[in-house]
Amino acid sequence: MVTMTYGEAAKNALHEEMQRDPTVWALGEDLRRGGVFGQYKGLPELYGPDRISDAPISEAAIMGVAVGAALSGTRPVVEMRFADFALCAVDELVNQAAKARYMFGGQAKVPIVVREPMGMWRSSAAQHSQSLESWYTHIPGLVVVCPSSPVDNYGLLKSAIRCDDPVVYMEHKNLWALEGEVDNNDPLPLGRCRFLRKGEDITLVSWSATVHEAMAAAETLTGEGASVEVIDLRTLWPWDKERVFDSVKKTGRLIVAHESVQAGGFGAEIAATVSDVLFGDLKAPVKRLGAPRVPIAYAPPLEDTVRVTAVMIAECARALMKE
Amino acid sequence: MTADPRAPAAARNLDLDRLLAHHKLMWRIRAFEEAALRANTEKLVLGAIHPSIGQEGIAVGVCSNLRTDDILASTHRGHGHTLAKGANPTAMMRELLGREGGTSHGKGGSMHIADFSVGMLGANGVVAANIHITAGAAHAIKLRGEDRVACSIFGDGAINRGPFLEGLNWAKVFELPALFVCEDNGYASTTRTADMTAGKGPAARAEAIGLPAMEVDGNDVVALDEAVRDAVAAIRAGGGPRFINAKTYRLTGHTAADPDGYRARDDVAAAWKRCPITRLAQALADAGVRGDQLAAHERDAIEEMDAVYDDAKAAPWPPLDRAFADVQDIGDPRKDAY
Ligand SMILES: Cc1ncc(C[n+]2csc(CCOP(=O)(O)OP(=O)(O)O)c2C)c(N)n1
Ligand SMILES: [Mg+2]
Repeated sequence: MVTMTYGEAAKNALHEEMQRDPTVWALGEDLRRGGVFGQYKGLPELYGPDRISDAPISEAAIMGVAVGAALSGTRPVVEMRFADFALCAVDELVNQAAKARYMFGGQAKVPIVVREPMGMWRSSAAQHSQSLESWYTHIPGLVVVCPSSPVDNYGLLKSAIRCDDPVVYMEHKNLWALEGEVDNNDPLPLGRCRFLRKGEDITLVSWSATVHEAMAAAETLTGEGASVEVIDLRTLWPWDKERVFDSVKKTGRLIVAHESVQAGGFGAEIAATVSDVLFGDLKAPVKRLGAPRVPIAYAPPLEDTVRVTAVMIAECARALMKE
Repeated sequence: MTADPRAPAAARNLDLDRLLAHHKLMWRIRAFEEAALRANTEKLVLGAIHPSIGQEGIAVGVCSNLRTDDILASTHRGHGHTLAKGANPTAMMRELLGREGGTSHGKGGSMHIADFSVGMLGANGVVAANIHITAGAAHAIKLRGEDRVACSIFGDGAINRGPFLEGLNWAKVFELPALFVCEDNGYASTTRTADMTAGKGPAARAEAIGLPAMEVDGNDVVALDEAVRDAVAAIRAGGGPRFINAKTYRLTGHTAADPDGYRARDDVAAAWKRCPITRLAQALADAGVRGDQLAAHERDAIEEMDAVYDDAKAAPWPPLDRAFADVQDIGDPRKDAY
């Protein structure tokens, strides 16, 4: 059992995977300085510039080169710096990485991990704060992972690196310094949710930083006598339908909470699927809590107007539990 | 060293066996595409096909200087490149017709033909996307310490997309074993490339990024063969990336369905006289090769590709469960696609 931060967990995972497999290498801007969030700190000293490689400010090339290098027997870990900048490389991710295996009839796979630091990070404003995970869940061929804790960032990054599919791996910028215990040395399975709290009255499903809001809400609600189940989805595609279904069958109530814009967010997919499959088990309508459909503002009070908070989740849960 | 490409081919020191092989291969590409055009007319090819008729010299001049384990990433106009890299025309034609036994099991069609077993990393439906893939393959080759070369062939329209700058810069920064060949046919779809391109053109742009760049007549296979041979040797020896701009002309429409209304008929007719196959045949005849030997190349190629087309026509559709295969391991849609 070791305590480490979310950022250190990822660094340790990458280090161990690079030791284990000489075909793993990382590429991105400013990696030789340890990465812009320090998430590669120490690795440049351990690995030469070939394996922890700097890159020009050419996001499309970084992604496209990774695709070509993955088709040629290596396992690149792509650093996009901010999820927002990965939009400069959407063709390479969506049209190339996600499609190559299929359109070439299975002749090759594209084992890349695309790290896209996401989410609100105080006053980063409209172009450095977005949570676009739902976009990628829409693309056949991609796996989408959004870890919320050090232990998951460690275990899921390991699995992502070992996975032969292109994995969009979205770490939340506000979680880099979060400390937690990492109690295993093994990869954690992709496509599996984590039950953070067991309960009987209501299910809260969330991922990434909003998981911590859901946990805080659960704490409050428990103090009020409710029994709350909290699920950290961890992998958005494929999402762990069976376990979410099991939970909602038991509680009959579901709130899906996420930081990204509610309209067209992944919560809509979960809500629609659960409403469809478990209609007869529901005691209340499935609720989504996401951001309003406005860009993210700079001034903290304005920025806060789009946040999904523990208070909002608790309030929504109370209303549902009256039904 | 490279012979003066302006000298008439007959005046150069010709390797006749090699050039006969080039002539034969160009005819195989021509005959493959004539058969594909027939398939299009007969409505057996449903998606778009982009013929490279008139541009065969580039496919042959470039690919005959690549080893099987060298990498090639191609464009929408990739049939010739793919054949020249060594792919099986039977599997290619089946792919064009969307049939079982196609290179991509009928899931890609003309624009996604690939044959990884001969280092052909795919045609690409996105203009210029192959430039990054080539840089990536070259990067992997360098990381692995191999002596292979990665090559991409793209059109003159591709130089106005970002990957031309980003990919060439990347290849130069990392001194990668990459050859970039621009198939400069003067048009991007229905638009004259010159009308939409500032500056002095592909080679000048490549040179500005630091790549040794060369202009070659892409319809003169002899000249292109020599230029590519020298470039590949330099790259393989660790000399970093190089660029070749190969001038050519597409003798058909942009796609099989394109009526080609934007080019004067006289220009197209004049271009037929510069057809790379005719030019090489002339050079070979001047060097004393008998006409019947050259005619046999044409005849054999047509016979081969007619049989290839017949085979594809008779091939079954892929089984429907193929539509769900080869997507991803984690979240495999064969278990749950919704
Ligand atoms: C990114 C992108 N934009 C537009 C197209 C549509 N398109 C297909 S081929 C083509 C022309 C390409 O011209 P060029 O690169 O010169 O190649 P050529 O067709 O002449 O061989 C265009 C615009 C595309 N496939 N990809
Ligand atoms: Mg062109």
